[in-house]
Amino acid sequence: AGDPLITEVQPWASGFGDGVDETPYGLPIKFESDVVRRNVEWLTADTISSINFTPIHALDGTITPQGCAFERHHSGAIELAKEDYRLMINGLVDRELIFTYADLERFPRVNQVNFLECAANTGMEWAGAQLNGAQFTHGMIHNMEYSGVSLRTILEEAGLTKAGDLKDKWIYVEGADASSNGRSIPMEKALDDCILAFKANGEALRKEHGYPVRLVVPGWEGNMWIKWIRRIEVTDAPVESREETSKYTDTLADGTSRKWTWVMDAKSVVTSPSPQSPITHGKGPLVITGLAWSGNGAIKRVDVSRDGGKTWAEARLAAPGQKMALTRFYLDIDWDGSEMLLQSRAMDETGYVQPTKTQLRAVRGLNSIYHNNCIQTWWVKESGEAENVEVS
Amino acid sequence: ADAGPFGLGRAATSDEVAAWNLDVRPDGSGLPVGAGNVEDGDVLFADNCASCHGDFAEGRGNWPKLAGGVDTLDHDDPLKTVGSYWPYLSTTWDYVNRSMPFGNAQSLSADEVYAVVAYILYSNDMVEDDFILSNETFLDVEMRNADGFIIDDRAETEYAQFSAAPCMENCKAEVEITMRALVLDVTPEEEDAEAAAQEQSAPVSKTKAEAPAAAAPVVVPVQESALDPGLVAEGAKVFKKCKACHQVGEGAKNKTGPLLNGIAGRAVGTIEGFRYSKSFQELSAEGAVWDDAALAAFLAKPKAYAPKTKMSFAGLKKDSDIAAMIAYLKSVSP
Repeated sequence: AGDPLITEVQPWASGFGDGVDETPYGLPIKFESDVVRRNVEWLTADTISSINFTPIHALDGTITPQGCAFERHHSGAIELAKEDYRLMINGLVDRELIFTYADLERFPRVNQVNFLECAANTGMEWAGAQLNGAQFTHGMIHNMEYSGVSLRTILEEAGLTKAGDLKDKWIYVEGADASSNGRSIPMEKALDDCILAFKANGEALRKEHGYPVRLVVPGWEGNMWIKWIRRIEVTDAPVESREETSKYTDTLADGTSRKWTWVMDAKSVVTSPSPQSPITHGKGPLVITGLAWSGNGAIKRVDVSRDGGKTWAEARLAAPGQKMALTRFYLDIDWDGSEMLLQSRAMDETGYVQPTKTQLRAVRGLNSIYHNNCIQTWWVKESGEAENVEVS
Repeated sequence: ADAGPFGLGRAATSDEVAAWNLDVRPDGSGLPVGAGNVEDGDVLFADNCASCHGDFAEGRGNWPKLAGGVDTLDHDDPLKTVGSYWPYLSTTWDYVNRSMPFGNAQSLSADEVYAVVAYILYSNDMVEDDFILSNETFLDVEMRNADGFIIDDRAETEYAQFSAAPCMENCKAEVEITMRALVLDVTPEEEDAEAAAQEQSAPVSKTKAEAPAAAAPVVVPVQESALDPGLVAEGAKVFKKCKACHQVGEGAKNKTGPLLNGIAGRAVGTIEGFRYSKSFQELSAEGAVWDDAALAAFLAKPKAYAPKTKMSFAGLKKDSDIAAMIAYLKSVSP
């Protein structure tokens, strides 16, 4: 008697598996076929200018594999070969220059891990709980290790003497795709920690993330991380392009709108258990886990509540928080099988504490679309299933 | 000037900078010399923009509305359009010039961009129908929401109140669920997840799985093409007008409009998974076929051929364009 998986010889223990050349570039095993990016069709008119969501409910650790890191394009993911790639620097520089891809690889290189969060992440939840899954409420985020050249290095290669006082100067960065997506970035940030990245998690960027070169703007909204970057213009004023006036501005209750809301404030979410990742094992040991991040620096602490915010317990950080990068947290509990209202609350090194939805709405109203970093609630039922809810 | 610290890259030529340095600023710097009027803009808009943005810039389906929404910014779900929200006219001109029409960006001349922008302003009741927008009249246009923006003030208005020492015990007396996602239930279904779960829970059999029968090679018959390559190339250009909504060729899928593979000779309204308008459902029931005459009629005046069609495209005006389009559709999916 016993488990036939043990007492009987299984096919995989007897015959062959795949040879080494079966999949020259590996894919996830078929059993993981549900761990994929997903689109919410009703959000946009067409997939060409749209967004999908990272399956954060099914991942662990902090690094997002490129193949399931969310995509957002304004005119589709283009195929731009390295040989056809050109980067122009123009405007208030000493030398207006053109770089090839090969040129970029000859500059001193840097590595850094950063999260990219779309400013609209959790944006559908302003008016109330509506999407049932961490992937959909919080999946416009990914976190990768980038290799590339510091933007400062490139700007200094073009020379900033002509720009004079750099305090009131800007750069305008623009992509090579048909959307010509462009954003203005203050020079202070451009010279601080931005990089022109050509590798992510060790390998070339994927087409959907801007191959062969994208901009990395740590801690700032994803729309500024220009993909297929082809031009950097040094200017004495922001361009006020479509993506920084009609979009990515946050309308308050009185009808005025905030602009230049670049930083992504501290935020966290429980990724499991969650609606797409229910508890299936009944009561007993349970791993509660999630992600936390801040565009203002490193995560210092994450608290977890199981009763909708009445009482909180400090979670365990898998590793000390790193600046502008995802932090993994765990709370290991002995679940008694009763229902929970699960929440997480992040704190960063500036002392900022992730606010509740009520707190945010009191300041911003319901129409801001962007920058919703509220505390999320999952109602975990006795069955182990979970639902996205709001609580008093 | 001297080389930079690493001496990498080369000097950009003035032609290169001119080709890419197209952005236009709020003060109008960067605008090329040119002009366009509302009337011309109306025609250009119908041909290039209306299939997504509607004949009067009112927007179709989920595509952006460019007109209307005045005085809605402090309401629930404000309607943000060029007229109600955009603070600078330069943004509209720059965006139309560099990023539109969708799927055929940078195809309009400077004068045409002036005309299209003039029409968008007219649709928003911001100019009269005899208005001419030019690099000289550009700054005369007043944008309604020019003063509607403040610079990010979170550091002053939020950070202090969101930095209080966090409560750990007895933080509130009662907790009640006030809203549930299942009430709205707009979450996409996870079919893949169910399939994977089934695969995983399938009983483990001792029998080794049989190798699947080798798939028979698919023989694609090579058709003798009588199509004029010049006409096909012409049609490919015309098809750019359709690309925002229709796909054709390998891997084509249904988008806003159905995929067009094998359209020539196919029964009308028979692409699986596409929700056709009532007109097309009726034509399909009648057994209509997309022969050359039907294609030509529909392409010339879609709403005359199928009155309730969801396709907002006004139609191709030139017979030569219609012939080219039909040749192109036949060439890419015989």
